[in-house]
Amino acid sequence: MAKVLIPTPLRQFADKHDSVDLTGATVAEVLASLTQKFPDLRKQLFNDEGKLRSFVNVYLNDDDIRYLKKDATPVAAGDTLSIVPSIAGGV
Amino acid sequence: MAVATPPIPLTKDEILRYSRHLILPEVGMEGQLKLKNAKVLMVGAGGLGAPLGLYLAASGVGRVGIVDFDVVDYTNLQRQVIHGTKDVGRKKLDSAADSMLDINPYMQVDKFDTAITSENALDIIKDYDMVVDGTDNFPTRYLINDACVLLKKPNVYGSIFRFEGQATIFAYPGGPCYRCLYPEPPPPGLVPSCAEGGVLGILPGTIGLIQATEAVKLILGVGESLVGRLLLYDALAMRFRELKLRRNPECPVCGDHPSIHELIDYHQFCGVPNPAEVTPVTEQQAGYMSDTEIDAVALKARLDRGDKFQFIDVREPNEYQIASIPGAKLIPLGDLPKRVGELDPNTEVVVHCRSGARSAKACDFLRQSGFKNAKNMLGGILAWSDKIDPSVPKY
Repeated sequence: MAKVLIPTPLRQFADKHDSVDLTGATVAEVLASLTQKFPDLRKQLFNDEGKLRSFVNVYLNDDDIRYLKKDATPVAAGDTLSIVPSIAGGV
Repeated sequence: MAVATPPIPLTKDEILRYSRHLILPEVGMEGQLKLKNAKVLMVGAGGLGAPLGLYLAASGVGRVGIVDFDVVDYTNLQRQVIHGTKDVGRKKLDSAADSMLDINPYMQVDKFDTAITSENALDIIKDYDMVVDGTDNFPTRYLINDACVLLKKPNVYGSIFRFEGQATIFAYPGGPCYRCLYPEPPPPGLVPSCAEGGVLGILPGTIGLIQATEAVKLILGVGESLVGRLLLYDALAMRFRELKLRRNPECPVCGDHPSIHELIDYHQFCGVPNPAEVTPVTEQQAGYMSDTEIDAVALKARLDRGDKFQFIDVREPNEYQIASIPGAKLIPLGDLPKRVGELDPNTEVVVHCRSGARSAKACDFLRQSGFKNAKNMLGGILAWSDKIDPSVPKY
């Protein structure tokens, strides 16, 4: 089981959950379980080609998966996967 | 961060004022002189800019430039603590400068009464040691990032959304930039603004003060900076987390082989219209209605006549509690795709929200879903309060 942290802007697509425990051996598998559980999240996280959108970053613990093995990064039990989308507010 | 200019010494009054810094070994006279000789550019005198301006002034930063073209309104006062009730209607620039100079008359405030643009950014930023970014939109965020990378000036970054904030330092020599973190902005409309989504008033205080702390540390050259770390703050959970940020060698602006060597059109890059180029909407005569739009006066007349149409409010339930227009059925914008079956695509639909922005999105969605006649109510609740029923509160 890995814990997936869902940020405020995306909670409306995840039945208002701020985190959810999911299974999967890789980042791709965990995210697949996530979008299976919350289908509305799919369009937010992935583009039409099924690739992670460029304004959504995924971190395994505190590391950006782009600098690990991307989608294929192995996920161990107890790991935390953070979804960190771009926000711009300031005033 | 080294400040090259020869230090201006402190006066006796300043020595007293900065006493608690001067007895702190990490600051001392040397540090206080660094602060006095530092030049910081603050873009935006709003939620993040408010605490930034107040504390940079109090700390003794000698010169602060402010870029802002906005005017203080009542909805700002819930969080923009640099402005007071007496300042409503004044330029934020003047109000912020007055507050800062009241706290610290031994500083210089430079006022730039303009939006920061691709044309003026390099010119404005070049005279400062660093930028603190307190803006509120993606085009400006990317503009400031690229300008800072090109000028090799650190960009002390903060951004907020509802109960969450992010802070880091971009464009520090050798460190990552905003494009390393997010190569592209989200498509327009996906992330709501503070005006649409709301924001906890204290949140920009927390994030702005993290930016102020980092700016002062950079000036003093002490401690461990946020370069290479993205700090995430969740006010509801009261939890700080930290993620690693790396410079992307492939980054188009700060990478090993950059492809961007000058500022670009950031509105085009973000897919949003440039506010400077949008032709102002000509005031329609009261009672205006077209195939796609209807104003408050025409709507009121049709409601009074008992015209048959579906009347939908796409705001959130908590907004409905603040104010509503009689006869409107509440279907929040986010629920519309799920609940569209409750509406008849062959009968006219009139949609309203607070200001007309979300209802425009809802109308686009309805038309794409096969609705033949979907009209956006111009100005939403705000127009209803102005034109029809002043007892309806604006928010």
